[in-house]
Amino acid sequence: MRQKHLELLVGVFVALGLAAFLLLALKVSDLAHIGEDKGYRVTARFENIGGLKIRAPVTLGGVRIGRVAGINLDPQTFEALVTLAIEPQYDRLPSDSSASILTAGLLGEQYVGLEPGGMDDFLKNGSSLKLTQSALVLEKLIGRMFTNAAQGEAPAKAP
Amino acid sequence: MTGPLERLGRWVLDRLTALGRANLFLLRLVGALAFLVRRPGLLVRQLYAVGVLSLPIILVSGLFVGMVLGLQGYANLVDFGATSSLGTVVALSLIRELGPVLTALLYAGRAGSALTAEIGLMKATEQLASMQMMAVDPFARVLAPRFLAGFIAVPLLTAIFTAVGILGGYWVAVVQLGVDGGAFWAQMQARVLLWEDIGNGVAVKSVVFALLANWIALFEGYEAHPTSEGVSLATTQTVVATSLAVLGGDFLLTALMFGAW
Repeated sequence: MRQKHLELLVGVFVALGLAAFLLLALKVSDLAHIGEDKGYRVTARFENIGGLKIRAPVTLGGVRIGRVAGINLDPQTFEALVTLAIEPQYDRLPSDSSASILTAGLLGEQYVGLEPGGMDDFLKNGSSLKLTQSALVLEKLIGRMFTNAAQGEAPAKAP
Repeated sequence: MTGPLERLGRWVLDRLTALGRANLFLLRLVGALAFLVRRPGLLVRQLYAVGVLSLPIILVSGLFVGMVLGLQGYANLVDFGATSSLGTVVALSLIRELGPVLTALLYAGRAGSALTAEIGLMKATEQLASMQMMAVDPFARVLAPRFLAGFIAVPLLTAIFTAVGILGGYWVAVVQLGVDGGAFWAQMQARVLLWEDIGNGVAVKSVVFALLANWIALFEGYEAHPTSEGVSLATTQTVVATSLAVLGGDFLLTALMFGAW
């Protein structure tokens, strides 16, 4: 009887431990999204991807339709080659859709936003997005603002 | 004249022979594990002692650590309007560091010291010697079940600690402080990687710490001087040595897993 009681408690303990592992894997980690990698893949080239990371969301009209599956550098053109995995139910995106890298809030994470185009044929596995807009790099923006200000001042002082 | 040098030499040689004995001890321990296939009941009893009885302290500590992380993370992130990352902060700190390390330290205090005292007293009262007299191998009958039980219990306790900690963080952040619950889980899921974070952090670290904690506890007990003073010294030594080994080992593992060099 005592041994039975013991075995029951140990069984509960082991089950609890395994359940905790399962909770960590399913609820906490990226396994929760693992099915989303299935969809079809399209590529997009960007001059500068800023702080974009693998598994960042891909959205259209604010709705998440997939995620970034890979980021590579094209050794010939020195452009960033971003692979987007888009969920299979969104298979009717026009082939001339454009992609831009946006930021959620001022300091939030970066994501890829798609803008639908007007063509009749659709994006499919392996196609690439022609129209892209790079990430806004804050330092570059500020730098440009300063040079603009300097150029604006220069003619005024000349006479 | 040569007194200090002699003492240094003796100290180093003593340490080295102790390390050698510890390694031989581990080898004999692993060799004796096969015995447990015939007597699984021994394992169940030890799993109860080191696992089930450690549950309360692990559950309560995990909950409070998670709640503190939630509070502190909120207090710091709210200045940047970044409280939606709170889930990531709580989960990553627990999964990568606090879960495995604190569980191992608590385990050393709760179960490791008890193992040392038990084995040390068995030795002091010559129970181990009398077993050998009866041709019963104390490694197979006494040490191996305790070792395997601890080795199984620590990773499970780590997972429980981490999971409860995250739930505690969730309770403070979402229920008490009003962080958006959807963002809490979504950001966490976006940033926590299954193999890199949970595999390296909770799984690999806890297995390494399980080996260290149980090895040290059993070895200290087995090597204890067979006096009441010796057993008390060995028990202290277990907690100190395990804590140092776990913290030092954690630095090495972190540098290997997450370090940039």
